[in-house]
Amino acid sequence: MQKALVSVTGQDRVGIIAKVSASLSQQNINILEISQTILDGCFTMLMVVDIAGAQENFQQIATRLNEVGKEIGVMVNIQRMELFAAMHRV
Amino acid sequence: MLEANEILQTIHMIQDQHFDIRTITMGINLLDCRKNTDAETAECVYQKIVRMAGNLVKVGCDLEGEFGVPIVNKRLSVTPVSMISGSDPVRIALALEKAAEDVGVNLVGGYGALMHKGGTNAENVLLESMPEVFASTQRLCGSVNVGSTRSGINMDVVRKMGAIIKRTAELTADQDSFGCAKIVVFANAVEDNPFMAGAFHGPGEPECVINVGVSGPGAVQRALEAVRGQPFDVVAETIKRTAFKITRVGELVAQEAARRLNVPFGIVDLSLAPTPARGDSVAYILKEMGLEMAGAPGTTAALAMLNDMVKKGGVMASSHVGGLSGAFIPVSEDIGMIEAAQAGCLTIEKLEAMTCVCSVGLDMIAIPGDTSANAIAGIIADEAAIGMVNNKTTAVRVIPAVGKKAGDSVNFGGLFGFAPIMKVNTFCNDAFIERGGRIPAPLQSLRN
Repeated sequence: MQKALVSVTGQDRVGIIAKVSASLSQQNINILEISQTILDGCFTMLMVVDIAGAQENFQQIATRLNEVGKEIGVMVNIQRMELFAAMHRV
Repeated sequence: MLEANEILQTIHMIQDQHFDIRTITMGINLLDCRKNTDAETAECVYQKIVRMAGNLVKVGCDLEGEFGVPIVNKRLSVTPVSMISGSDPVRIALALEKAAEDVGVNLVGGYGALMHKGGTNAENVLLESMPEVFASTQRLCGSVNVGSTRSGINMDVVRKMGAIIKRTAELTADQDSFGCAKIVVFANAVEDNPFMAGAFHGPGEPECVINVGVSGPGAVQRALEAVRGQPFDVVAETIKRTAFKITRVGELVAQEAARRLNVPFGIVDLSLAPTPARGDSVAYILKEMGLEMAGAPGTTAALAMLNDMVKKGGVMASSHVGGLSGAFIPVSEDIGMIEAAQAGCLTIEKLEAMTCVCSVGLDMIAIPGDTSANAIAGIIADEAAIGMVNNKTTAVRVIPAVGKKAGDSVNFGGLFGFAPIMKVNTFCNDAFIERGGRIPAPLQSLRN
């Protein structure tokens, strides 16, 4: 298991979850958890994913997700999960 | 499980509040590069750096991509060159410059000497070469330690440094005397500082080491916005919590970088290092505490608390804390300090008081080009005395900008920023500086 966090923020529209999930699926990345909300009118989705099964390296995964984001007009980033655990859990 | 608001807080710290890893600095021991001639030493230095640091920039970039935290600088610090040089240290300077360029780091520190008690022949030769070296190189930085709590202040070197800074300013007059931004004069210099221009790999350090400097004044300022009007107890607690979070990320990145480079992890330097970007300012934290501008009455107290809380929060977050750890107060690299200096609220004398409680000293201060070498030496002596007596690191990095007078400004660009020229007291101190000799080490008891 190699956990990472995919964060998606931007203007809400039809098909954001579908597009991002499709890209993750194509890259053989398993979604473990999803939370999604509208914060101050801004679409905000956080997905915890497992990238252990992905064929490509981290940089390539990040690039693909950035491209999906550009296609649908939102920001899609991926970061290793340890970052958040380090900051918020002792 | 982490909550969404915690994750979003981290994302906002990075995206909107300029939180970043300021530097991953690889320290490299060069003592084994010393050969019969400086030419041979220079070749050996080049080969060793390229071998040890060849992967540093790549690892830094990889980590930046994976954690999504900017790693602004990848840098090198080396053994003070005067420990391996002879009569021609310039050859080694050029080798360091070329090695830095070839491995892709933006700065390399260590063209300096530890002279708090006296100078060797090699150290004196290296000192004399500094102006030409810093005028003819881009990436090389250096520092000289002129005093310490245990050995006092070497006033002969203090006097020389005044002249060296003047000469460097003249040789780089066409770049607003920028050469001086690459020279730091320390008292109580630390051996594991990852920040430039004062980084060097001390003789007590291992063969090779990874030190990481974190930064996040913007994140502290934003956290304090949420507790406006509340007592200092709350302010202190808020700073500590933020410093803890920032430092934890520094620790994570440092450990991972050390593992990938197969080099021991040294320390995390838990500093608040500003940049000229709006929202990345230590002065704005002081403002958020309730001061109209940095320099207003109360500034020293505000900075003292900030500095201490950064340490208290950070020290719990890392297995090894070191370097200069605290709040930096460079003028040209902090938009709030620049504004305060322009408005006449912040003077060199107030900055000197602030250096008693900040992490280092008088940093990136542009002064009139006609400031005498002895006046600069006097500023250095005052700052070294503060460090010596208070058992802390202090430093001076001033830029006597040739052809400029108080009220003019200089622009160095990038992280070095821009600065108004600050007024310097022009009363004469020649007879004081020209005495030379050493100021004895201070008593460590009867501390009143």
